[in-house]
Amino acid sequence: MKKEAVLQMKNIEKAYYGNKVLKNISLSVKAGEIHALLGENGAGKSTLMNILFGMPVIHSTGGFSGEVRLNDEIVEIKSPFDAMKLGIGMVHQEFMLIPDFTITENIKVNRETTTPNFISRTFKSKRLETLDHRAMDSDARKALDTLGMGIDEWTKVAGLPIGYMQFIEIAREIDKSGIKLLVFDEPTAVLTEGEADNLIAAIKGLAAKGIGILFITHRLEEVLQAADNITILRDGELVATRKKKETSVIELAELMVGRKIQILNKSGANNGGTDQREKAIEIKNLEVKMPGEAVKGIDLDVYKGEILGIGGLAGQGKIGIANGIMGLYESTGEVLINGQNLVLNDTKGSLRAGIAFVSEDRRGVGLLLDASIEYNIAVTTLQVKNKFLKRYGFFKQIDGRGVRQHAQQLIKDLDIRCSGSQQLTRQLSGGNQQKVCIARALTLEPNVLLVSEPTRGIDIGAKKLVLDLLLKLNKELGMTIIMTSSELVELRSICDRIVIISDGGIEGILPPEAEDREFGLMMAGEYKKLLGKEGM
Amino acid sequence: MADTVRTYTRKIGLPRLIISALFIAVCIAAVIMKQDFRLLVSDVLRRFGMFGILALAMIPAIQSGTGPNFALPIGVICGLLGGLIAIELKLTSAILGYGFIPAILISLPFAILAGYIYGRLLNKIKGSEMLVATYTGFSIVSFMQIGWVMLPFKHPEMIWPIGKGLRVTIALDSTYGKVLNNLWAFKIKGANIPTGLLLFFFGSCFLLWVFSRSKTGIALNISGDNPKFAAASGIDVDKNRILGMVLSTVIAAVGIIVYSQSYGYIQLYMDPLYMAFPAVAAVLIGGASTKKAKISHAIIGVFLFQGILVVALPVANDMIPEGNLSEVLRMIVQNAIILYALTKVGGGD
Repeated sequence: MKKEAVLQMKNIEKAYYGNKVLKNISLSVKAGEIHALLGENGAGKSTLMNILFGMPVIHSTGGFSGEVRLNDEIVEIKSPFDAMKLGIGMVHQEFMLIPDFTITENIKVNRETTTPNFISRTFKSKRLETLDHRAMDSDARKALDTLGMGIDEWTKVAGLPIGYMQFIEIAREIDKSGIKLLVFDEPTAVLTEGEADNLIAAIKGLAAKGIGILFITHRLEEVLQAADNITILRDGELVATRKKKETSVIELAELMVGRKIQILNKSGANNGGTDQREKAIEIKNLEVKMPGEAVKGIDLDVYKGEILGIGGLAGQGKIGIANGIMGLYESTGEVLINGQNLVLNDTKGSLRAGIAFVSEDRRGVGLLLDASIEYNIAVTTLQVKNKFLKRYGFFKQIDGRGVRQHAQQLIKDLDIRCSGSQQLTRQLSGGNQQKVCIARALTLEPNVLLVSEPTRGIDIGAKKLVLDLLLKLNKELGMTIIMTSSELVELRSICDRIVIISDGGIEGILPPEAEDREFGLMMAGEYKKLLGKEGM
Repeated sequence: MADTVRTYTRKIGLPRLIISALFIAVCIAAVIMKQDFRLLVSDVLRRFGMFGILALAMIPAIQSGTGPNFALPIGVICGLLGGLIAIELKLTSAILGYGFIPAILISLPFAILAGYIYGRLLNKIKGSEMLVATYTGFSIVSFMQIGWVMLPFKHPEMIWPIGKGLRVTIALDSTYGKVLNNLWAFKIKGANIPTGLLLFFFGSCFLLWVFSRSKTGIALNISGDNPKFAAASGIDVDKNRILGMVLSTVIAAVGIIVYSQSYGYIQLYMDPLYMAFPAVAAVLIGGASTKKAKISHAIIGVFLFQGILVVALPVANDMIPEGNLSEVLRMIVQNAIILYALTKVGGGD
């Protein structure tokens, strides 16, 4: 029994619109085993789990190839409901709990224990039966006891600490009869360290009862603490499967990031002697209250004429930095631009100080989708610098001809593929939309360009064009660029220095040619800890 | 074939298409029934100028992102106040347009203040502007029912002969009634062309167009189009929403004064309540949505909407002589269009 594999996934492949996101993945989880699935954002972890749960997104995009076996039987999972019936449970990253219900009600929702009554007998409908609160409470009690939770089952969920909510989610899964495999999707992401330790203890307890556990995370230390075996994915490929005893945090970090980089046409001239160079931006103790990307106190100097990369995993706060400097989210601290103090929380002031911003939310923040390309390019500069205005008697009017000439020049310079400067930006492809955003930023004639996720959601060819463009701006115009990106490869291909953000703070600053394991450790937030341990 | 039809339908917009077809249909019916076309043309032009500015008041409101201004009665009441005060103070000499110019000038401070306060209110309830606007309109009209009785007006032409308060309808014969309608008016083949009225309407459109091309006008438009984009361009979205509401209220105030002079009467008490709906309906069939509107939408919409009502009225009366069917038809068309518009709300892009 102990040796039998609960779950086997063999040669799984999946493509979205011809773009392969999973290549020949095999995975096996034994009963009572805790198996960790490790990878960066976009490595394919979620897609693999979507396949396991038969999510509609998989089937509506042409299904997948490969086989899934449960207890050595090939199964076809067509919907999350099938998965539930087969005994696969999932503990979600975002809690799916109803705040005004009690713990019991949350655990039992839609699986209530009922007893027949007069009305249900009359209408012969199970859905009209009376709830058996006593039986449900005792079931809930049992599940909570299994997890070692002393809390009363009739407490309302609203107002409970986050750690408790996580446990209620787990209690719900283990209350389901015949649960064989439990998937944890980054369960510790929102927990404090103490709560995380409790959770791992609980997971180990469950495994000891013979349930197979699949544990998705990118916290390396936890992996080694909890898991028996570790599978590492990178770019949709299976990189390695390791036993816990045979590996280390450093090796895992290296495997997770992987060497896959050719340094682009970097001159390397910018690298030497950073100490003597002029500072374009000095950031002191910057805190930004951006939901989901909070920055919790950062000190950073950006030198003139460099491309500074900001990397890190999603939700760690890297996106918040540029948004904070631009005054789009409430921030505190001190920012100096060329030695001048910048008033925070004042977008117009930031723009006037010579900073331009290309937002990570291209369609939401970056563009007026129902306006023409030329209008998009010109309006910000018109508003901030009073350019493109022409005087007619008492009135100043928008200078249509000036706007068009300027836009046509930029369309040529940046090679924006469009039917003309009057085309609506909604009709452009992602890459060309991004170029319009960059053109809008360039029209401001900035000293510093902040670019967030410049290649998100655009195809590979366009990605290279956008990156080349940034490099060209930096080299030919000496523009200081701060580029925020989730894709480390991109950062390493054009940046002079790369700052890695973890948990709202700076984990470290690396040159692009630094080793993979260093990047991996920093992104996982383990670098400082490890440095501390190995003696300073 | 089906595809071409579909693309054209989308381009012109289904409501605009249906209303245009209906307009042509009633026109044909009018020809068949040998209606007096000189009268109909005069009437369409008169009502076009009369309702035009009220519809125009919707444009800045929609452009600034607060949606169609269902609280139009606020502006209407400011305009009525201006009109009443001008008569009360006897500022009705010929050189002052028999009171028309003072009426507008006096209404402006009221409209600006009311628009500002109402704009601040709307900034606090983002997302449910239309509902709040409708009921704000209702409330202000009800409140002014008391106002019309209590306000210390003394002019004998305006107050009840016996008792207290202002009359329900106040004739403007001795003051600015029809000043614009009669200004430079002429006849083509018996059809009356109210030159002054039309010039005033198109002049208002032109001024709004000039404003929309200014820096402030562009900022206003961006605020409504994409508030996040506006914020990232250093534009104060809330300020622009207030500005949009002030403009809308001011235009509404001017609009009701133009309406009153064309009608020949000032109507108080319940009447301001019904001013918002035809105006909203007009811009919507003109091609505007609750998120995007152009000046041309107001012009086309008012023409189609009033055109139908004017032409359909005698046609329907001819078909069914009993009762007041034309009034019923007018209500059906008007409310159907508003209903259609409301279903479009929140439909996204």
